[in-house]
Amino acid sequence: MHFGPHLLLAALEGLVTSAVLALTALGLSLVFGVMRVVNVAHGEFFMLGAVLAWAITTAIGGHPALGFLAALVIAPLIVGAIALVAERLVLRRLNYNPEATIVATIGMLYIIQQLALTFYGPEARPVEPPFSYRILLPWFGYSGYKLSIIAASALILIATWLVLTRTRIGLIMRATQYDSETAQAFGIPVGRVYGGVFALGAMLAAIAALLIVPISQAHYLMGQDPLLLSFIVVIIGGLGSLRGTVVAAVLIGMSDGIVSMFFSPTLAKIIATLLVAMVLVFRPQGLFGTASR
Amino acid sequence: MSDASPVKAYALHLGVIALLFVLSFLLPEYYHGLLSRIMVLAVFAIGYNILFGYVGLLSLGHAMFFGAGLYGAGLAVIQLGWGVPLAFVSGIACGAVLALVIGLLALRTTGVAFMIVTMMFAQVFSLLILYFASWTGGDQGMVVPQPARVLTFGATSLDLTNPTVRYMSALALFSVVLLITLAIVRSRYGRVLIAIRENEERTKMLGYDTFSNKLIAVVVSGTICAASGAAYALLFGYVGSSFASVQYSILPLLWVLLGGAATTLGPLIGTVFMYYVIDITSGYTSAYLLIVGIALILLVLFFPKGVLGTIRQRWLGWLP
Repeated sequence: MHFGPHLLLAALEGLVTSAVLALTALGLSLVFGVMRVVNVAHGEFFMLGAVLAWAITTAIGGHPALGFLAALVIAPLIVGAIALVAERLVLRRLNYNPEATIVATIGMLYIIQQLALTFYGPEARPVEPPFSYRILLPWFGYSGYKLSIIAASALILIATWLVLTRTRIGLIMRATQYDSETAQAFGIPVGRVYGGVFALGAMLAAIAALLIVPISQAHYLMGQDPLLLSFIVVIIGGLGSLRGTVVAAVLIGMSDGIVSMFFSPTLAKIIATLLVAMVLVFRPQGLFGTASR
Repeated sequence: MSDASPVKAYALHLGVIALLFVLSFLLPEYYHGLLSRIMVLAVFAIGYNILFGYVGLLSLGHAMFFGAGLYGAGLAVIQLGWGVPLAFVSGIACGAVLALVIGLLALRTTGVAFMIVTMMFAQVFSLLILYFASWTGGDQGMVVPQPARVLTFGATSLDLTNPTVRYMSALALFSVVLLITLAIVRSRYGRVLIAIRENEERTKMLGYDTFSNKLIAVVVSGTICAASGAAYALLFGYVGSSFASVQYSILPLLWVLLGGAATTLGPLIGTVFMYYVIDITSGYTSAYLLIVGIALILLVLFFPKGVLGTIRQRWLGWLP
């Protein structure tokens, strides 16, 4: 294969990674932006999405598309419900104190991970893609499912953006993000908004995992890398900024694929993590964010 | 508060050290070995507590300081063939230098950013260990050979693999670190640290250079954690990358929270308690992380001051 097509392939793969990463990071970014909570358990909600997808498709059987569609509806709802319960039982009682919530979400991470290991087991299990249509390009065939991931992710991102900027719910969320006390004074049920946002953040992670699981596999430790990458994306993009998150996700997703072609994955991770730590040290508002108020 | 009772405070700490000394002769073999390990890890928790408890900086990356000590000492013995005392110093020096660099960078951030930055630096540290696998043994780790773990003073030699020697070395390290911490906490400097925790802006306004005070605290904390890591490598003979993983940044936080942040003896109590809980429950379930997770959540929800913090609040106000 010549260099051009090779690059196209790498770019497509990078876009698939970016699409999934953008959704996951968006969840993390929303939770941080609105609630000021760093959700360390975010990666575990991602993992739960994938594991539930396996469980649901296996339980339903039949045509893979049927099970996948069912999983696409049911799994995010279950994950959202779990997140909502966690928010009500733990985060709310901590008054969303940043340090206490970070410790509590670390606790959640361990609990979810261990329960997944106990009930799901240490194996990596595949989920069949809903369809396996190959798009034939002049140089190589490409999985149609992967392209549909990019499309689905773009749709969800646009929908989230529309909800945030064009609807009443979005207005309420933005008001809470901007100044929760004043929002409360204007009769916005801030507590309920927080519950909803935390559940929504977890659901976005679960959907991202659902989309990616047919081309990877469901495993109880699969939440670790998305967590780290989402942190990187959210930090580079500026904490709590949707546009920055999407731009950073594309940047990281594309460069991740290309960098790991040339360097060993460990070295790539070292460089990326170090760079991001430096961004956080020297430009805490992110590369695309504006200075905080 | 602490001025009223210097005698009481020192008597209590010397009493704890004496108790640990006596326990060495009373405990059955298994618990004897366990307690040596706990004392070394309690030093790790004490180091963590200086930053978290007294300065109020929550680091999620202290495993890198423990790891710096562990590898600084372990590599010195295995790769360079250094003796035990020099290797121990090398481990501590590695930790101090790393803490200085990390402190200079990470202290530019505050709050949540500080936690994430420390976590990321620790991540880089543990990935570097994996990357230089030909030196560090990667995720397999390395065993420090038994003949290298002997202290020689002229004619007498101390074998660190002997359980009693090991216990006494651990106790010696623990005692020194505990008494140093007590002195620091009771000193003027210790009170400046607490002032920074309570209100950094006001401390600055009173004319204290908060940045350099915090930097010193990071270095002291990192050095103590490195001492713990170096002792772990030399006493227990295993140097592994799992000790530099995120989990080992979370564990000291858990121990300190459980025993009581900003109490000198809290780290020991937290470490002992958590170790025994895990030891007991490991008979029923292998999922010890589940217990760590539940303990973390229950602690922040219902018991944020920990064991000693609660005792100090309710009954013994003089407790350092």
